[in-house]
Amino acid sequence: MNLSFLIILPLLTALAILPFKELKQVRVIALIGSSLQFILSFALLYFYWTERSAGNTATMLFETNYTWYATLNINYHVGVDGISVAMVLLTSFIVIAGILVSWNVDKLSKEFFFLLLFLSVGAYGFFISLDLFTLFFFLEVAVIPKFLLIGIWGSGKKEYSAMKLALMLMGGSALVFVGLVGLYFNTNTGNGQHTFDIMQISGMNISPDVQKLFFPFAFVGFGIFGALFPFHTWVPDGHSSAPTAASMFLAGISMKLGGYGCLRVATFLMPDAAHQYSWIIIVLASIAIIYGAFATMMQTDLKYINAYSSVSHCGFVLLGIGMLTKTAITGAVMQMVSHGLMTALFFAGIGMIYDRTHTRQMNQLGGLMKVMPFISTVFVIAGLCSLGLPGFSGFVAEMTVFMGSWQNADAFYRIATIIACASIVVTAVYILRAVGKAIMGPLTPTLSMNGEGATDLRDAQWNEKWAAGLLIIGIVAIGIAPFWLNQLIGPGTEVIMQSIEKVALFK
Amino acid sequence: MVTVIIFLLLFIKLANKEWKNEGFLNFINLLLVINLGAGFFNIPTGNLFGDMFRTNELLTLEKNLLNLGVLIISLQSYHWLKNHKHAPEFYMLLLSTLLGMFFMISSNNLLMFYLGLELSTIPLAALANFDLDKRRSSEAAFKMIISSAFSSGLLLFGISMFYGSTGTLNFAELSTKLDGDPLQIFSFILLIAGFGFKISDVTFHLWTADVYEGSPVSVTSYLSVISKGAILFVMISVLYNVFAPMANTWYNMIFIISIATMIIGNLFALRQQNMKRFLAFSSIAQVGFILVGMAGQSVAGSSSVIFFILIYIFSNLGAFGVISLVSAITGKENMDDYKGFYKTNPLLTWVLAISLFSLAGIPPMAGFFGKFFLLLAGAGKGNYSLIIIAALNMVVSLYYYLKVIKYMFMDANENPIEKIKSNWQPKLAMAICVGGILVTGITSGAYDYIHSLFK
Repeated sequence: MNLSFLIILPLLTALAILPFKELKQVRVIALIGSSLQFILSFALLYFYWTERSAGNTATMLFETNYTWYATLNINYHVGVDGISVAMVLLTSFIVIAGILVSWNVDKLSKEFFFLLLFLSVGAYGFFISLDLFTLFFFLEVAVIPKFLLIGIWGSGKKEYSAMKLALMLMGGSALVFVGLVGLYFNTNTGNGQHTFDIMQISGMNISPDVQKLFFPFAFVGFGIFGALFPFHTWVPDGHSSAPTAASMFLAGISMKLGGYGCLRVATFLMPDAAHQYSWIIIVLASIAIIYGAFATMMQTDLKYINAYSSVSHCGFVLLGIGMLTKTAITGAVMQMVSHGLMTALFFAGIGMIYDRTHTRQMNQLGGLMKVMPFISTVFVIAGLCSLGLPGFSGFVAEMTVFMGSWQNADAFYRIATIIACASIVVTAVYILRAVGKAIMGPLTPTLSMNGEGATDLRDAQWNEKWAAGLLIIGIVAIGIAPFWLNQLIGPGTEVIMQSIEKVALFK
Repeated sequence: MVTVIIFLLLFIKLANKEWKNEGFLNFINLLLVINLGAGFFNIPTGNLFGDMFRTNELLTLEKNLLNLGVLIISLQSYHWLKNHKHAPEFYMLLLSTLLGMFFMISSNNLLMFYLGLELSTIPLAALANFDLDKRRSSEAAFKMIISSAFSSGLLLFGISMFYGSTGTLNFAELSTKLDGDPLQIFSFILLIAGFGFKISDVTFHLWTADVYEGSPVSVTSYLSVISKGAILFVMISVLYNVFAPMANTWYNMIFIISIATMIIGNLFALRQQNMKRFLAFSSIAQVGFILVGMAGQSVAGSSSVIFFILIYIFSNLGAFGVISLVSAITGKENMDDYKGFYKTNPLLTWVLAISLFSLAGIPPMAGFFGKFFLLLAGAGKGNYSLIIIAALNMVVSLYYYLKVIKYMFMDANENPIEKIKSNWQPKLAMAICVGGILVTGITSGAYDYIHSLFK
């Protein structure tokens, strides 16, 4: 299967939108395009599966390698392993759900859908890149659409948030850039040339001193995307100001760019340094987890609640990566997928509520279950998944991270794990409180005064039902049958572990 | 040489008769197209005028880039020149500066270089004065002539001391006789100062903002793109070939200058409210980035500089094209006027946005590739502190580019710039720019060709 379709398809869809003006035409094209993406990514899963079960043990499948800038040895090189396939699937879920919930964006709708699709080009490209230059290219492609999405269609102090997000993410990519260039000049392909190719670099022994110098750049740079403490401050502002679909994309895709980059570039290519710095990563991740959880407790705006809880949940991703055991890294990847689906669902639910009630303040809401049962149920499911109820994906992923962390026998790792576990209690507090206040109880009288009264509080439309339904299917599938996902990403984490253990043996 | 002949032709034509402005403008644009096309055929190599003048494929390419830029500028100034009394004189002056630049690029001797430099500078000062009834414009011209005369003085002083210490002004002989003694270093500093004035790097940048603001937009874009580009081309060939024996000396100088230029250019650009001043300071910062690439001292370095200038022509002229159109039709040049621009002129907004993104180095615009290669080349010597500073400066520069984007897309305005109707000429110019921005980076052809010219 030619992986370039994953990039070309959303790009073509985005371009196909341009000649049209009406919202009705634009959204249909966007929906068709994103459905094709959805089908395509399942086709990718199918082909991947058949290749693997046919006994193909190559690290990367479906590789395509074109020379791009020959003199600098820059190639357009794509290929997938299980981790990439999982991330591609996640992206396609979120894109289609995001398009569906933005069904009624009537302000500059053409531009809106164009930017959403353009962002997804960046995300797909990033997840399948095997060349650091291509990877960096797509990473930056995904930044600017977010700025425009938040700044034009957002709410609240949108311009401030958009600018903060764009500058922090570009700061992150500036650090990534330094890390990548540093790696590049310390590679040697044998004929005096340097290379950006991930698979080639992973086969070389980059000297530990070089790794120690450039690992922080790459890890912190990607970490900013993945809400690494203390660089998480763009997350609450960005998420809460963004329009619904952009919030879903941000939390579901963009933050995963960071986690994936930390894993694929920083840890995989510089394992020596990963060992060196793992304690710092663990400390920062633990702080993010517990601080994010407590900060969430203080919030009253539903979007802020979800945004801060994202900081906490993404902390698990980085914690898993920092622990450097196979189970923990598997857990980190699972948490990425699970958190992506779960937050997207949560934001979709909040967006639907906000569209109808025009408020996101918890104390102004109440009793929504009576008037909009479907949306309320969505909200409750997202909440329960977030607090890690068994049967949903959150439980599986967090559990795997904890198991993996516990495999490190040292007291330091144990303490970090205990702190991380403790955050779940806090999560339960704020989630249950939010559900209790906003969904349960009697209907707040002021709500029916807003807009045209209670008639305005109708339940979900077909498009919203589909969006939520797809995400819920994903969440429940992972929650009930985690071994599917586990088998999918298994070979991928195995390769990363070999690179990490190779170092451990020397010590 | 083809180009020179065509320019002579032009001068004769111009002297002959007075035509109606519009027909004349179309005619001269056609001539410029022919001129550009001619540059690609029949590429001669060799020396002329007793080893004073040389040309080869690389130099011809550099001239073609300048030709392209002049063509774009000429198309863009259509609206401004249509009603101008002295359009033929504008072209005479413009083309004689271009001729000067060609001499400069092709020079094989410091004297020839100086001659070209003067030929390219003095008419420019007259051009800066071309808004004849505006005071600012004459002020700009005056500032420019004074500062450039001063820099020429320094340059000439440097050249004479080179002659004193080596006994020759020929580039090839000069490079064999350089041994880096203090007198040569001193004269080299004067030479760099002379260059510095023209590319307006920091410590020599103070004239830039006022001149840019006062001059007509077309002249501003010419100053910021063509004239800088020409000097940078010369700098590459002079520093990389002639002063190769003193490479360690000038490496440190370029290193410090580039850091200072990036930082100061960016900091000043943050606070600007006039679009022309804003682009002036942002172009100072861009020069800083170009010097990073130049500090790489490798083939990758020189080819990335030329590649970046190609992209810079497209991006900066794209931005200036919109500003020039708006300024010619509505007379508005302030950043605040651009609030709500998207509501009335969506297409122009996208052109400006794409150009600014390219200047900021956002993929998939060509500027991303240009900057990436510049910094990659800069890091080639193992000097990572330089690219760390440069990378952080890119973030700072992003702030002010995004500020303009924010004004155009997000802010409301009670009386926005009205819908602008323009002729096909400026539209064509913008199409060339946008096309260039989108294509040059994604396809690797341009870079590979430039790289292949350096042996």
